[in-house]
Amino acid sequence: MNANTRMPTWLADWFRSGSPGVYLTAGAVSFSLVMVFGLLFLITVRGMGHFWPAEVVRLSLNGGDTKYALGEVVDEETVSAQRLLDNGIKVPAGQLTVHRVLLKIGNRDLHGFDFQWFNDTEYDEVRRPRKAVVIEREEWGNYYGFVTGILERDQPVTYKTSPWPQLRKRIARAERLRKAIDEVQNEQMGAINYALERLRLDTRRLELDGITSGPPLEAIEAERGRLKAEYDELAKRLATLNERIARDVLTVETVNGEPGKIPFRDIVRAFRPNAMSLTDKLGHYAVKLGEFVSTEPREANTEGGVFPAIFGTVMMVLLMSVFVTPFGVIAAVYLREYAHQGLLTRVIRIAVNNLAGVPSVVYGVFGLGFFVYFLGASIDQAFFQAALPAPTFGTPGLLWSSLTLALLTVPVVIVSTEEGLSRIPRSIREGSLALGATKAETLWRTVLPMATPAMMTGLILAVARAAGEVAPLMMVGVVKLAPTLPLDGNLPFLHLDRKFMHLGFHIFDVGFQSPNVEAARPLVFATSLLLVIIIVALNLAAITIRNRLREKYNAAET
Amino acid sequence: MKPAREASLTSREGWRLLKDRLFALVMAVGGVSVIVAILLIFFYLFYVVVPLFGGAEVTPRTSFDTPPSAAAALGLDEYAETGFMLSPAGRLRFFKASDGATLEEKDLVPAAAGTVTAVAAGDPATHVLLAGTSAGEVLLAQVGWTIRFDEQQHRSIQPKLEFPFGEERLRATEPGDAVRLLAGQAGDEEATLVAVGASGRVVLLNATKTTNMLDDSVSVETSRTLLDVDGARVTHVVLDNQQRELFLAADDGTLSYFDVRDKSKPALVDRASVIGNAKRITALGMLSGGISLVVGDDAGQLSQWFPVRDPHNNAQLKRVRRFEPLPQAVARIAPEFQRKGFLAVDAGGDVGLYHATADRHLLTVPSGLEDITAMAFSPRATAAVLASSGGHVRLFDIDNPHPEVSFSALWEDVWYENRARPEFIWQSSSASNDFEPKFSLTPLTFGTLKAAIYSMIFAVPLAVLGAVYTAYFMTPSMRRIVKPSIELMAALPTVILGFLAGLWLAPLVERELLGVLLCIPLVPVMTIAASFFVSRTPMLKRLVPDGWEAAALVPVVVFAIWLNLALGRGLEELLFDGSLTHWMNAEYGIGYDQRNSLVVAIAIGFAVIPTIFSISEDAVFSVPRSLTMGSLALGATPWQTAIRVVLLTASPGIFSAIMIGMGRAVGETMIVLMATGNTPIMDVSLFQGLRALSANIAVEMPESEVGSSHYRVLFLAAMVLFLVTFVVNTLAELVRQRLRRKYASL
Repeated sequence: MNANTRMPTWLADWFRSGSPGVYLTAGAVSFSLVMVFGLLFLITVRGMGHFWPAEVVRLSLNGGDTKYALGEVVDEETVSAQRLLDNGIKVPAGQLTVHRVLLKIGNRDLHGFDFQWFNDTEYDEVRRPRKAVVIEREEWGNYYGFVTGILERDQPVTYKTSPWPQLRKRIARAERLRKAIDEVQNEQMGAINYALERLRLDTRRLELDGITSGPPLEAIEAERGRLKAEYDELAKRLATLNERIARDVLTVETVNGEPGKIPFRDIVRAFRPNAMSLTDKLGHYAVKLGEFVSTEPREANTEGGVFPAIFGTVMMVLLMSVFVTPFGVIAAVYLREYAHQGLLTRVIRIAVNNLAGVPSVVYGVFGLGFFVYFLGASIDQAFFQAALPAPTFGTPGLLWSSLTLALLTVPVVIVSTEEGLSRIPRSIREGSLALGATKAETLWRTVLPMATPAMMTGLILAVARAAGEVAPLMMVGVVKLAPTLPLDGNLPFLHLDRKFMHLGFHIFDVGFQSPNVEAARPLVFATSLLLVIIIVALNLAAITIRNRLREKYNAAET
Repeated sequence: MKPAREASLTSREGWRLLKDRLFALVMAVGGVSVIVAILLIFFYLFYVVVPLFGGAEVTPRTSFDTPPSAAAALGLDEYAETGFMLSPAGRLRFFKASDGATLEEKDLVPAAAGTVTAVAAGDPATHVLLAGTSAGEVLLAQVGWTIRFDEQQHRSIQPKLEFPFGEERLRATEPGDAVRLLAGQAGDEEATLVAVGASGRVVLLNATKTTNMLDDSVSVETSRTLLDVDGARVTHVVLDNQQRELFLAADDGTLSYFDVRDKSKPALVDRASVIGNAKRITALGMLSGGISLVVGDDAGQLSQWFPVRDPHNNAQLKRVRRFEPLPQAVARIAPEFQRKGFLAVDAGGDVGLYHATADRHLLTVPSGLEDITAMAFSPRATAAVLASSGGHVRLFDIDNPHPEVSFSALWEDVWYENRARPEFIWQSSSASNDFEPKFSLTPLTFGTLKAAIYSMIFAVPLAVLGAVYTAYFMTPSMRRIVKPSIELMAALPTVILGFLAGLWLAPLVERELLGVLLCIPLVPVMTIAASFFVSRTPMLKRLVPDGWEAAALVPVVVFAIWLNLALGRGLEELLFDGSLTHWMNAEYGIGYDQRNSLVVAIAIGFAVIPTIFSISEDAVFSVPRSLTMGSLALGATPWQTAIRVVLLTASPGIFSAIMIGMGRAVGETMIVLMATGNTPIMDVSLFQGLRALSANIAVEMPESEVGSSHYRVLFLAAMVLFLVTFVVNTLAELVRQRLRRKYASL
């Protein structure tokens, strides 16, 4: 060969050995692995880092009116000067690259923004003042500055050396009061409002039946009066609580000496990251993590926890499982055990199989059109006429979401169950039938129990898929902020018609539709991590069960 | 006791058998109903989509005769329960639509002020009526309805007549110069009228109204300008509802277009012959929105015209489209109030129902009348009324829910109003009422395919090569870890991939564009180079046993990516003034969108790699060992065997894997939603965004009105997605099953 004569032999040998090809294919695997683990690593690091109390730095600015900048370092990078110029940022002439840091300076009520880039030419000295305090607030994001004093009913509170013991005590008090207010406002008053709404519907129902006076209406009226009185009582309690919580005010100043006041009712947490020991930080971390999974979001979902989203996701998935398991299993048993194994069954099997590949958004469209606008509207007409024109089931909600996702995932359960059924050795069935059992008994007593792990696998895979789906839910029931959970203390406890929050949609909404994306990004990473952990755990469970199952039947067959 | 025992046994047997039957029944009913429920999806989508392509229906409702004065203008209320007609002599009559009974009657102009010589109507939606007198004066009136609902939700409709610019007539032509032709529009504060006098003068009359804050009295100021045209030849006059553009049709078939924004200086912009081979213009009408003209001629032809601006900003009248002609000369044209539909009637009384944007001729029905003098839609286009010269009036109910959708409107380029040329545009909604919806699915399909194809370019080589290696070269112990790891990628919610693509990868790619682009050729090259070093270094060779190359390459790949990014940064500094995106735009005008197709391709590629990988890996792995053994025994190297035997044998399986991956890429929603700008543009550039069918559905579906054309078009988009993925997946599945049978026989 011509090429061989020209090429040095060692090179030709190398080529002929096929080693480059093998390495190229191996490289593809490595690249894929790097992508998967890189992604998991990225989410883990960014997601876990969110709760760590970052140190607060003070930059001494060397020009302009402001002397200092105080905040957490969020990011730093070296960029070309040209890129900054393109974005309209001034750069000292003659500099090709600029190193800059992104500081979370907080105090949005003062500046209007939380983040600011500082080129390294703009500041000289970097310090970490021990007294710098970070105050997480109910509104306006974090405050970065220094504590100057505490006011109780506008009178300064005296303390020996450090205001912190007093500060902690009063924050704890405000926290207790806030909980009490929350209890009165959301739970007790919410329950009364709910009851009043039901009374209104009862009245309307009677009206529709043509009853406009008489004992039933009087009873309703009496009940309404009682509820209103109770409500007034609560309103009074609320006023007292509000008065009590307004007692304490914290006086603070920014790094540039600008004084300010923060009422204790707005303080979620105050801490001095630079003065914290490692144990303090770990404790802080644990508290923040707990807050993340157990509290409600604040400030348009960009702060606080994701509890309602976790709850909504779990509720929806549970409900979906209730629908999908029996139906999926019945369909699989029918297809495998009862249906005539002809062309039609084959076609149906392929169709069911392929439905798993149909885009989820199509299911969303179907769910919205069929479940919400058609079924839901019919249900409203039949059973909830009193509430019309406000729709009860004729609007996206929990029930429709779980049904839509059940439809989306039923192929997964069918396929998995069928596979399980087909793996059960003939000998077991034949044995059962030979002993005189009917087909139903054989199925019920031997085959189905043996196929349970396969059903479990299918269900887990279905749950894993459902937990991560967002596109169809955007149409059939998910909202960015649900005022109430779908499960509460008001009859009938489980509210299938309510809209709910969902982790996946939370990621989309906070990451893309929130007014303050930069501030919310760490939270989105944390939420992503949570979702990934849930889904990976579910998948691993499914894989483990599947492997066990295979081993079991391999043993049974031999 | 024996018989009793037997009996109990048989009854127990019977019970068992019954249970068996019941069980079978439950399973059959349950199973079939689940399968039916699943298949229901397709039928429901179809059920919602079908009405889009249903035609219109026109049914006669009532017909009655009126006193033998023909109607020159007609109108109906919102519910088509009452109507009005204006006679050429200026007598306005309100009638009940059910039987034509007169509700109220009035002469617009008192007899003392002269006879009415011309009447006209403004934009149909405003119900403005105009009457010109023999004395050269005009009167502007407006018809309205008061609709009340009582407690039982019964409505009562009361017509009313108002004179928004006062009951005084306004001077149009010179005194004594009778008004021959008239057109005009009235807004809240300003009215513009055009009057053609018997003398041949054409006057532009502008009236502005000021309302006194104290006593609500109205004072009207007018100005008059003479137009430089021979009025004697003018046959039709049309003014747009914004009072900016004036069109005069002459008896030689030409149309003159005047810019009358400045009422004191009307300017002739363009004059064009609009009738082709016909002799004269016989009807002229303006579609809702006041942009398009519909011209009807004596040969029955209908065409749509509007001014189009050329690059030098000169407006020219252009024929946008022709409609299917009517049998005889067009007599009247009546537009819908909100949509771009219109009715045209010919001299023989045949009525055609059209839609302009969709280029649709919905139907032609005989009206049963001849010599039609006036025709109008009801405000909701659910009814139309026609009147003939003999005083016959007929009402028709019209069921025409979706005229704006047609094959050409969905898939072909359409010349929309205010556009310079036919284009593919998706723009489904707007704030304004008489907006022209643009339902072209082409840019969305283009976006879907663009995202899918680019992502396949990224994913297929990685997934297929990876599958070959994993199934054929990798040691089993490593394979047991690698395969589930990559399959785990498939389980990652796409919303997370979309979030990372949009908020992490997109800024990264923008910053490191050159580095990312360098990675595409250089990372593979570097892995091959690594193979060379290993083969030349015995020590390394001992460290990397066969089947473990992929593990050894992980640090190499990480290093290569890092190196390329660093290299990219350096080269951008050196060659492209520090920013490749900036340089590309400055030198070649290549725009760069941060959320672009490159980012989407990587993200969707990431999502489909596991699908393709897993199925191809199965296909490669199930290639019978006898084949590979034979090849190796004949002296082929493992690589030759892999390429010539294994890959070839498994190619149908790999093909089906790619098909399934493609199906997934086509339907991907969250990634395209989050990682692109969602602008429906048709640009193949890697650095531009896109809008995909799926993302479009997710964005617009919740806001779309149930049962509207928009809603159904979105269902159509969903059905297209459904069918495409379903067909692709079915094909792939069939290929796979055939392959499995083939292997089974080997």
